[in-house]
Amino acid sequence: MSVNSAPRLQLSGITKRYASVVANDDVSLTVMPGEIHALLGENGAGKSTLVKIIYGSVKPDVGTIKFNGNAVQIRNPQEARELGISMVFQHFSLFDTLTVAENVWLGLDKKLKLQEVTQRINEKATEYGLDIDPQRPIHTLSVGQMQRVEIIRALLSAPQLLILDEPTSVLTPQAVEKLFAVLKKLAAQGCSILYISHKLHEIRKLCTACTVLRAGKVSGHCNPQTQSNASLSRMMIGTEPPTLKHNDVSKGGIRLQVHQLTLARDNQFGINLEQISLHVYAGEVVGIAGVSGNGQKELMYALSGEDTRADADAIRVFTHNAAHSVGKYTPTQRRALGLQFVPEERLGRGAVPNLSLAQNLLLTRFNAVGKYGWIRVNDLKNHASRIIANFKVKSSGANASAKSLSGGNLQKFIMGREIDAAPQFLIVSQPTWGVDVGAAAQIRAAILALRDAGCAVLVVSEELEELFEICDRLHVMANGRISPSIDRATASVSLIGEWMSGLWSNHETAVTEQAT
Amino acid sequence: MSLKLEARSQSSTLWTYASPLLALVITVVIGVCLFMLLGKDPVRGLQMFFWEPIRSGYAWGELMVKATPLLIIALGLAVCFRSNVWNIGAEGQFIMGALAAGAVALLADKDTSRAIVVVVMLAGILGGIVWACIVGMLRDKFNANEILVSLMLVYVADSLLGYMVNGPLKDPNGFNFPQSKTFEWVTQIPRLFSGSRMSIGLPIALALAAALWVFLFRTRAGFAQQVGGLAPAAARYAGFSSRKALWTALLISGGAAGLAGALEVAGPIGQLTPYVPAGYGFAAIIVAFVGRLHPVGMIFSAILMSMFYIGGELAQSRLGLPKSITGVFQGLLLFSLLACDTLLTYRVVWRIKPVQRAP
Repeated sequence: MSVNSAPRLQLSGITKRYASVVANDDVSLTVMPGEIHALLGENGAGKSTLVKIIYGSVKPDVGTIKFNGNAVQIRNPQEARELGISMVFQHFSLFDTLTVAENVWLGLDKKLKLQEVTQRINEKATEYGLDIDPQRPIHTLSVGQMQRVEIIRALLSAPQLLILDEPTSVLTPQAVEKLFAVLKKLAAQGCSILYISHKLHEIRKLCTACTVLRAGKVSGHCNPQTQSNASLSRMMIGTEPPTLKHNDVSKGGIRLQVHQLTLARDNQFGINLEQISLHVYAGEVVGIAGVSGNGQKELMYALSGEDTRADADAIRVFTHNAAHSVGKYTPTQRRALGLQFVPEERLGRGAVPNLSLAQNLLLTRFNAVGKYGWIRVNDLKNHASRIIANFKVKSSGANASAKSLSGGNLQKFIMGREIDAAPQFLIVSQPTWGVDVGAAAQIRAAILALRDAGCAVLVVSEELEELFEICDRLHVMANGRISPSIDRATASVSLIGEWMSGLWSNHETAVTEQAT
Repeated sequence: MSLKLEARSQSSTLWTYASPLLALVITVVIGVCLFMLLGKDPVRGLQMFFWEPIRSGYAWGELMVKATPLLIIALGLAVCFRSNVWNIGAEGQFIMGALAAGAVALLADKDTSRAIVVVVMLAGILGGIVWACIVGMLRDKFNANEILVSLMLVYVADSLLGYMVNGPLKDPNGFNFPQSKTFEWVTQIPRLFSGSRMSIGLPIALALAAALWVFLFRTRAGFAQQVGGLAPAAARYAGFSSRKALWTALLISGGAAGLAGALEVAGPIGQLTPYVPAGYGFAAIIVAFVGRLHPVGMIFSAILMSMFYIGGELAQSRLGLPKSITGVFQGLLLFSLLACDTLLTYRVVWRIKPVQRAP
């Protein structure tokens, strides 16, 4: 075998066991030079572990790794980089207070001068069309720009294999296009790319080879461009996801009105909310699209009552007989009006990791609390068990600690806890983040069922596909401001993508019309 | 071959209980080494700490006399530590409780009703609460670090006690010693049996332990109190006020420490002297953690810590060792516990060869 035709990376028989799970079971994978290879799998399928093994931060129990035909032992990330393996993580490792160039400099040979680094950044940036100013401090950058910094940092080491972990979760559709162009150019120059994702359409568009993982094992190798979403999905989860039914429901009365909500950020890295206005009616699902970090978090805090600095009149909740100005209400007072809330962080906010599911019920539900705040322990357990059964939460029971559940099951429990309260108005932030496909379908169905029952639902999500699937109307948030709403039927991915960059001024008139 | 720590997927229930016991074993082993280094017979040394304090009914009584204030203070501190409020100034709250209780006790004369004991105890609780409130206010209004201010207030309280027994409360017929006159008998905390110094403080402490269990594990208020410590964002999400948790924790722990001060000064001590503070407020921090912040666990750890106090005194009088050996043992126990707690979240693995070598 000549050197040229040797696979860039060849894993054979990789097995990694943890105390209770086998994360990788006899996994084999071959990446050729210049190939864009997808690693597809659900959350918990073992993608992260496999990548950590390749990048040297986890040691496999069994198995061999060959790089360019030579057997190698990668003991740590530094050895991986010396071999020519670079990685762009889903969560960036950048120092907010340093500039782009300084951040890149940190990972490089210290003999280089900062000016040289700056020059090389500019060169790479021009070569690949990655527009970035090396002098800017990181905290002034958008998430997409930060990712560019990470990519440039990876490219400066002239990698032979570039690993990207869920790179598009932080990007607008337009930015995704740009990223794909860069990756294709890199591949054409001979760099191999290992692309980790669970988004089927992206993989079909970009990748020429694909390894699918299911429950730690390889469930298939294929060329994704000859596959359909359905067939890839079968390989990934064993079945096709059920399609959702959108029933026609007539819109009811108004349930929530946010009027000109302006709120200064309460920390250095927050976003100022500017004149947010929106309405949600009974029997509809309203979605808020946008890249995370554009004020969604701040808006959610103001709506849930975790932040009570808003003007009382800026947020109004309507019950069947009265209107309430709730801007200064505590979360408990808002729940009393029928508003329930599912936060994006499940562990640590939506649930206390070390407490049991039954105890976690006490965060937002008081059915088992009697006179003088006495907790009826048996009622509490039974209540939790009912929710666990109704929402098909896989757990060892009401006494299981929240952190012992998988992300999807915990999310089902939290959704169940809030839906079980029969809310008039439900706010859900990132309903299916890191949730497996089966659980995601179930959660989306539950949201639609709630809407059909006449509840008003507000959903914040990064996943455009999801919003298009479940919402009746869409808003977009960018830079602390919110776009006018648009019917799902008339919205398109490219329009929403444009709005995600804050460009909805053509529609500004629609906002003023609505407000008056 | 190598020794490695491997993260557990779930923290170990077994080691939650076994870790304090292992820590005790390690403390004893280091203690034996210490005795040998000092040229003392280690068996006799251990006897002072672990046999003498329990060999007779009287000894048990003394053990309980010292365990009582430790337990009461630790119960209050457990509420603090469970809710992420780091009050480490229980010693100061204890002193202020003792001072307030002592000031009331000094008002009594031979004809005062026995009911003054209740007033003495309430004064103690109030004294502790006032001192804890200063911490609460500084934290609440100015966001001051409660660890620092509560600790610094210990030294303020200590100096205040020194001033009082050197000035306003000094016994006029006391040959200018810095101490108050001995309290009247009517203010004496009632004892359980004649011939023992055990007082009603012991049943009070046990009742408080039971009350704390109910509060922590059976009431919504107690649940809300602890969520703030476990996951502050979840408490905010649920709508549990962090200010309320702060004040509840400080009022309970200040009151408990103040009560312990009153029981001590109107019990075994019987007058105000600069030697009222015996370090119970600090030792109770160790009691709380060794007892896993659980009411039942703290009953056992309070007795253990009391053994260390008595053992230290015996080691001084019978073996000629400095009394500070008590502090050494307390410190050893805390450090061993912190080290052993690693086993809660990690397991120790012996490995022959870490990775199979590629052919």
